[in-house]
Order: sequence, then C-alpha cells, then structure tokens
Amino acid sequence: MNKVLEIENLTVNFDGFKALNNLNFSMDSGELRVIIGPNGAGKTTFLDVITGKVQPTQGRVLFKGRNLKKIPEYKIARMGIGRKFQTPRVYLNLTVRENLDLVCNHNKNVFSTLFNRPKSGEIRTVAGLLETIGLEAKAESPAALLSHGEKQRLEIGMLVAQSPDLLLVDEPAAGLTDEETENVGALILSLAEAHSIIAIEHDMEFVRQIAKNKVTVLHQGSVLCEGKMDEVQNDPRVIEVYLGKAPE
Amino acid sequence: MSVLIEGLFNGISIGSVLLIAALGLAIVFGLMGVINLAHGELMMLGAYSTFVVQNVFKPWGEPWFSFYIVVAIPIAFMVAAIAGLVLERGVIRFLYGRPLETLLATWGVSLILRQFVRSVNWLLVICVAVFCLLFFAGMTFLSRRSDWERIRNWTLAILLPLSAAIAVATGFLMSKVPVLTKAWFSARNVDVTAPSWLRGGVKVLGFQMPYARLFIIALTIICLVAVYWFLNRSTWGLRIRAVTQNRAMSSCLGIPTAKVDALTFAIGSGLAGVAGCAVSLLGSVGPNTGQNYIVDTFMVVVVGGVGNLFGAIFAGLGIGIVNYLIGSGTLALMFSSIEALKPLVDFLLFFATSSMAKVMVFVLIIGFLQVKPAGLFPQKGRNVEL
Amino acid sequence: MNPKKAIALNKKKQRQKLIEIGIVLGLVFIFAVILPILLPGFRLRLLGRILSLSIVALGIDLIWGYTGLLSLGHGIFFALGGYGLAMHLKLQLPDGQLPEFFTLYGVRELPWFWYPFYSFPVTIMAVIVIPGIVAGLLGYLVFRNRIKGVYFSIITQAALLVFFNFFNGQQKLINGTNGLKTDTETIFGMLASSDLAQKTFYIITVIALVVVYYLCRLLTSGRFGRLLVAIRDDETRVRFSGYDPTGYKVLVFAISGAIAGIAGALYTVQTGIITPKFMEVPFSIEMVIWVAVGGRATLIGAIIGTLLVRLGQTFLSESFPEVWLFFQGALFLIVVTVLPDGIVGWWRDFAWNKLRHILGLQKRIITYPSLEENPEVIQEKAELEEN
Repeated sequence: MNKVLEIENLTVNFDGFKALNNLNFSMDSGELRVIIGPNGAGKTTFLDVITGKVQPTQGRVLFKGRNLKKIPEYKIARMGIGRKFQTPRVYLNLTVRENLDLVCNHNKNVFSTLFNRPKSGEIRTVAGLLETIGLEAKAESPAALLSHGEKQRLEIGMLVAQSPDLLLVDEPAAGLTDEETENVGALILSLAEAHSIIAIEHDMEFVRQIAKNKVTVLHQGSVLCEGKMDEVQNDPRVIEVYLGKAPE
Repeated sequence: MSVLIEGLFNGISIGSVLLIAALGLAIVFGLMGVINLAHGELMMLGAYSTFVVQNVFKPWGEPWFSFYIVVAIPIAFMVAAIAGLVLERGVIRFLYGRPLETLLATWGVSLILRQFVRSVNWLLVICVAVFCLLFFAGMTFLSRRSDWERIRNWTLAILLPLSAAIAVATGFLMSKVPVLTKAWFSARNVDVTAPSWLRGGVKVLGFQMPYARLFIIALTIICLVAVYWFLNRSTWGLRIRAVTQNRAMSSCLGIPTAKVDALTFAIGSGLAGVAGCAVSLLGSVGPNTGQNYIVDTFMVVVVGGVGNLFGAIFAGLGIGIVNYLIGSGTLALMFSSIEALKPLVDFLLFFATSSMAKVMVFVLIIGFLQVKPAGLFPQKGRNVEL
Repeated sequence: MNPKKAIALNKKKQRQKLIEIGIVLGLVFIFAVILPILLPGFRLRLLGRILSLSIVALGIDLIWGYTGLLSLGHGIFFALGGYGLAMHLKLQLPDGQLPEFFTLYGVRELPWFWYPFYSFPVTIMAVIVIPGIVAGLLGYLVFRNRIKGVYFSIITQAALLVFFNFFNGQQKLINGTNGLKTDTETIFGMLASSDLAQKTFYIITVIALVVVYYLCRLLTSGRFGRLLVAIRDDETRVRFSGYDPTGYKVLVFAISGAIAGIAGALYTVQTGIITPKFMEVPFSIEMVIWVAVGGRATLIGAIIGTLLVRLGQTFLSESFPEVWLFFQGALFLIVVTVLPDGIVGWWRDFAWNKLRHILGLQKRIITYPSLEENPEVIQEKAELEEN
C-alpha cells in the first residue's frame, strides 16, 4: 500500500524550545489516524508543519512522495491537504452557501476568480454539501448566526469542498454537546471512506468512536507509541504521561 | 577618518532622539498592539512643559536657571503621562482589539492637541474645567442611583449637551476679559534656551561635540536603563511582561490588566514627554513639532520588531546613522576620492539632503523588510499569528 | 427551495435592480443637469471637487471596508494622478518651448519623463496606470511578507512622507514646493479655468463617479468580493483553503490606487493647481474618515460620507477657522467610538428598524429568535402541509 504521508526525523525549534523532537511518522492512504497526547505534546505544531505554517528546523515531510519543504501554505492546500482548526474558523460575514462556494472554487487564481462565473458543477457540489452537513435550511443566513456545533459542521463541509486527499482535523469535538459530538463523529467516519484523515482529539469517548485503526500518542514532541486503541490505553508509558507516575 | 567619526557621532545623536521617542511607542505597541498617532503630540506637550518650566525659572536668574532642565524632565514626564492616562482611560480602553480604529481615534486626539496648544488660553481652560466638573460630577452623582443602567443613555443624552451648553455660555460671558483670552503660546514656534552648561561643546579628534547632543545621548541611556530595570526587576514590570505574553491568562491569575494597560500607556506617554524635553534643546518648538518625528519613530518600531528593547535600540541607532551619513553627504564624500566609484558618488549626492535621505532610508527599510518581515528580533512560537 | 419561491425571489431581485437603476439615473440627472444650471460657477467647482474626492473614498472603501487594509498613504496615488494631468496641461506650448518654471532653475532640456505627457491619450492612460503600478508595487513588497494591520498602515504613511519629500525637493524635475498650476493653461485650446472647461470637468467627474461606483460594485459582489471579505475576516483560513491572499490584495490595492489617480486628476483641474501639499499626512488620513463617517463596506456610504464631511468642512472652516481642527478631531473620536458602522450602518441596523417600528410596521428579522421564524421549522411545516 502506498503512503500518503511520511515524516522523517522532524524537529521544530522555537528559540531553544523543541516543540517537535526527532519525530517519525507515516500513514497509509485511506487511513483514519487519531493522534492523542497531553497538552504541550506538540500536536498542533505537528499540523502546522504539515500545512506549511511552520517550517521544520530539521527533517522532512513527504506528502504522496513529494517533499513539502518551503512550499507556501496555499500551494500545499491546493496539492490536497485540508485543515480544520481547533476553534471553528469560518467567514462570519458570509452566508453558509457563500462560505462553501468560496472553497469549492476550482481555479483559485486571482483573475479567474474575478472573471469566471461559478460553474454549474460547483453549484451542484455546494448544494450536495449543504445536505450532507445538514445546513440546507440555513444556507442563506450569515455564518455568524450559527451555533458552535453548526460552525464545526460547516467547517468540515468546507474542508470536503476543497476535495483534499488528506484531511487534518484538530479537536473537532471541542465544546460540543454529546449529541453534536456523535453527529460530528459519524460525519468523520463517513468521510473516512473516501479520504485519508488525521484527527487530533482529547475526548477519549470520541476517540473510541472514531478510532477503528491505529492511534498515535505524542509526548514531548515525539511519538510515544502507536497501535490499536486498546493496546495504547493499556500501555504503561501512556498511562504515566497522562496520569503521572504511580506512587511507589 | 575623523569625517567618519563625526558622521557616526551625529548619527548616534539623531538615533538617540529617535530611540527615546520610539521607546514609549514600542512598549505600548508591544503590550497592547496599539499604535498611538498622538505620540508625537505627547512629545510636543513635553517640549512645551520644558518651555513653561524655563519661563518660571527665568526670573530667578543664575544659578537657578542653569538647573531648570533637571526640573523640566520630570515635569515633562508627568504632564505627558497624565495626558496619556486620560487618553487611555477616555478613548483607547474602549477600542482594544480594534487597532485600526485606535489609529484613527488617536489621530483625532493628535489634531485636538495640536489645535489646543495653538489656541489655549485661560478662557478655554475655564470652559473645559466647567464642562468636566458639570458632566463628570453629574455622572458620578447619578450613577449611584439604583436604576442607573436604565437611565444611563438618557442621562448621557441630556447631561452632555447641557454641560457643553453651560460651558460655552460661560465662555461667551467671560470672552470680554482680555487677560483671559490671551493665548498662552500662540501658533508661532517658541524657543527653549539651553542652560549655559549645555551650550558649546567639547573638541574631540578635531570636531565639535555639542554638549546638548551629549546630554541627549546620556538621557537616552538613562531612560533605557530605567525602562529595562523597570520591566525586568520590578513587580509591575513583571505584570506588564505577563500581560504582554498572555493577556487572558494574566487576567485569570489576578493581574489587574486594566490597571496594567493604563500604567503602561502612562509610562509610554511619559517617555514621549521626556523625548519632547530632549527635542526642545535642539531647536524651536511648535504645535507641529511632534509630526516631524512621528513617522521616523514608527519606522524604528517596524524595523526593531515587537517586544524587544534591543530591537528598538539597534533600529533607532541604525536609522539615525544611515540617515545622517546619506543626508549630510558624508558617504558621498568618502567615496569621492576613488575615480571608479563616480556613478555611485553621483547617486549618493542625489540623496544628500535631509529630505532626500529619508527617501533612501525608506527604500532601505522596505528592502530590509523583504529579508526580515517581522523586524530584527521577531517573536517565535505557536502563538505568532502569521 | 421550491421553484415557485425561487421565481418570486428572482422577480423581487429584478424589481430591486430596476428601482436602483432608476435612483442612480435620477441622481445623475440632478447632479449632471440640474445642479449646473442652479449653482453659480464657483459653487459648482466646489461640488465637483467634492465629488472627485468621493471617488478616492470609493477606492479606500474597497481596500479598507472590504479587504481590511487601512492605507494612510492614498495621497500618493491621488497626487500622482493629479501631476500626470497637470504635466499634460503644462506642455500645451508651441514647439521647442519649455514650461516657464524650468527657466527659473536653469533647466534647458525637458526631463525625459515629461515627454510621454505631450500626448493626451497617453496622459489619460498614465493617470490611471501609473498610480496603479506604484500601488501594486508597494503592495507587493509589503503583502508578500505578510505585513498587515497597523504595520501596513504606518508603512503607507511613511511612503507618503517619502513621496512628499521627493516631490517637494525636486525643483528641477517637477517644480518642487510650488507645484504645477493648471488654471492658466489650456486644454484642447480652452483655458482650463474657463466656465465651459470647468463645467465639462464637472460632468466628467459625475460620469467617472458613476463608472467607478459600478466598477466597485462589480468587484465587491460575486466570488471576488466575497474573497475580499474573507481575507478581511480570516486571512490564515483563506490561505489554508488554497487561495494566495497576496495576489488578491495586490490587485485590489492597485485598483484602489488607480481609482485615486483618476480622482486626483479630476480634483487637480478643478482646483487649479497641484502641489506636494496633496501628499501631506493629514489629507490622506482625512480620506479615511470620510469612509468611516459614511459607513465602511457600503459603497454608497463612502460617497455620502465624503459629501457630508467636505460640505460641513467648507461651511465650518469658513465661519470658524480656529475651531475647525477641534471639530475634525472630535469627528474622528465620535465616529470611531459611537458610530463604528458609520451613517449607513447606523441607518441599516438601527434607525430603519426604529422608523418601521414607529410607523407600526413589522420589525425586520436579522436572526430568528422565535420558533415560528426559524427556517428549519418553516420548511418542515411546509412539507407537512404539502403531504
């Protein structure tokens, strides 16, 4: 099976503080991988490096075999990596439909955006997506009026509209009610059928819901262990970093 | 060789003026992300306070007059700091998180301050005092009522025009008294005479180092050390640094962020006042004095980067030196002996006036930003917004 | 959405469009035909100047209101446009003669960059293209490094000062402080200050204003306009969606500069002179406040704001010259703190509803506070009724 993402000896150094330390990671295409780890383990920095927001101090990131070094964020996004942020980031002053339409645009050059009208295919994609994320009825209201859970769904919808090969999802369940969490989980699982996904999550309930394959645990900037959810949960090292060392 | 040293000295002295003016701006910008367009006017207030102190000391004659500058510096600091405090409490505090609007609001303040020193007289002061007394006393009095929240808008709508009307009426009634309507400074520039011990200079290596310039360099160093000490060694400095790093967290830990903001702004403004005092030694002072320095000062902050005093120091001195070397033609003079560099010399001569030097410096700054867009000492880490 | 509703919506949109075109045509008729008959010459000239300033305001609204870039240096582009047209007017001379100011500084030969301005079409091109290119270049150098927010504002201000210094210091090239006088020159054989010429300038200004307004409408509606808003609201997100914001910002800044150039040219011929004073810091910041008064991100607001502030300034500074600066300062403070959305925003969000309320009409719903108005509920209800 071919690898969608390979990371070799990755180190990110912020003025002496190593946010990522000699990290090695790889995942197959079509895989849904969940990454967990205590606060400050470097999870978000990990995503920052993949999406090109932060340049690695050492090591390299290969996406479908291509080195991502020094490629600007927008090009990485066009190559097929989509990212969802920790707090939902949608364009609050645009309507739900406009939000999706912007991302759906196939040719993102300045002049084609200015002169080309939306293609009928794109309009249909947007309509389909509105249905998938269940926001049809609110398509014409500004995103600022959506609830937190609706914004999360909209942002995931925007990710899909980008039709990426690799989806990076940063804490999709943060701040949601149980019911909403389950909705989002189902949405991610259905997306996993067609995309490779990396999900970062804290909520163990949620992790159990979505983690069908491997789970990776990050700690102090490197991979602590990797394996099925059950194995990872019983790994003494993982218990230690989450709960601290048991008193002798 | 001595030409170069002279150039360096003059450059450093220009740079130290920039630095002392930029210091306050950099602190405020680092903490609150606010660029204060009225900073130049706060400098001007400092310069005018120096002028007033000088006039108070004048009748006492020597030896007292020689030391007026020692008194003027703290007074300039206080005047500018109080003005800054009023500005922060009255306007900027409502605009946090909206930096572009703050820019416009502070510009409004700077216009008002400029016109204020032009037309200030006893009458104006009395009118403003009457207005403040009526308005703020009324507000405080009414805010004690239990239904304050409900009547607040109405109170504002009635009290504001009412007290303004009374103040204007007072103004008209007293406008016949000539003593009251005489402008304090008028629109013309005023001159601050440096005390005798700051006149003249010392001859080193064949060129004159004016005492006034040496004094400004010394003053800048003292201010730098004081600010460094304050930020890194005092309790409030620690709080200021904490808020600069993470406002929300500091607030949760019980640091009174509103007080920290006000204090920082007051100190930044006070430093502008000291800078104004320094500037008054270099030439005459007018309502537009601040405007001459403000843009260069901003450039120091842009080049230096946020949240690092050393950035400001390097940037201030660097801009000052480059500005002088190009503007005075020193650079052109140095290369003029070499025949091969003729085109370069011509090019440099084209920029060898003080206003054209600014053109060159700006081009250099834009070039510099292509290499280091976040300034000399950029912040790093996950929280940096790209 | 069912087809019936869609058709009804479409019809409503079309009707709104017709009404709007009617209003615009009516306004153009009043400004272009009626006012020139009613107003005396010098007042008309004043109005023409104000209208040309409202063209710059449109340009500023485009970058500040929609894209979130506060430029404090639009005076550069404004003055570049003005200088372009003024240079053409200065060259209306018999062959071989130089504009008279050159002789004062002992310049015998016309500086090279004056030559293209002999031709009228080239001048018109230059008035639009040169400010656009300068803006685009400055924008590129700044945006490429992701310099934004207040940094961008103060860099544009510094650039303004630099251009001011340059034009002020170069007597031998462009007559320095004295600037270029256009009133005494001829255009197409007509004295530029004559009534007929001024009236023509005025009508051109009105037409240019309408054209620029529609250009801005075109840019701010549709995907491009929505992308500008997206850049204003969350630039990082735009980048992760696969757009390169730099190109968009450069383009929109360049267009805004070109618009300012047109405005500057029209303003210059209706003022009679262009000097480096047009590039002074206060004037450029003032332009921003016109937009703020009218209401950001509403194109019509930019025009209304400019008209109100400039008319107010004319009357106030005529009657109380000393207090005008106090007023202006207070205006900045009040608009920013009390009326952040400007007059149009205040009307749209507050006064209009209040008026409807007083007239006994139903309040317009912005959100859906009650169950009956929630679109989801309405849709479900409709489906139930259909079955």
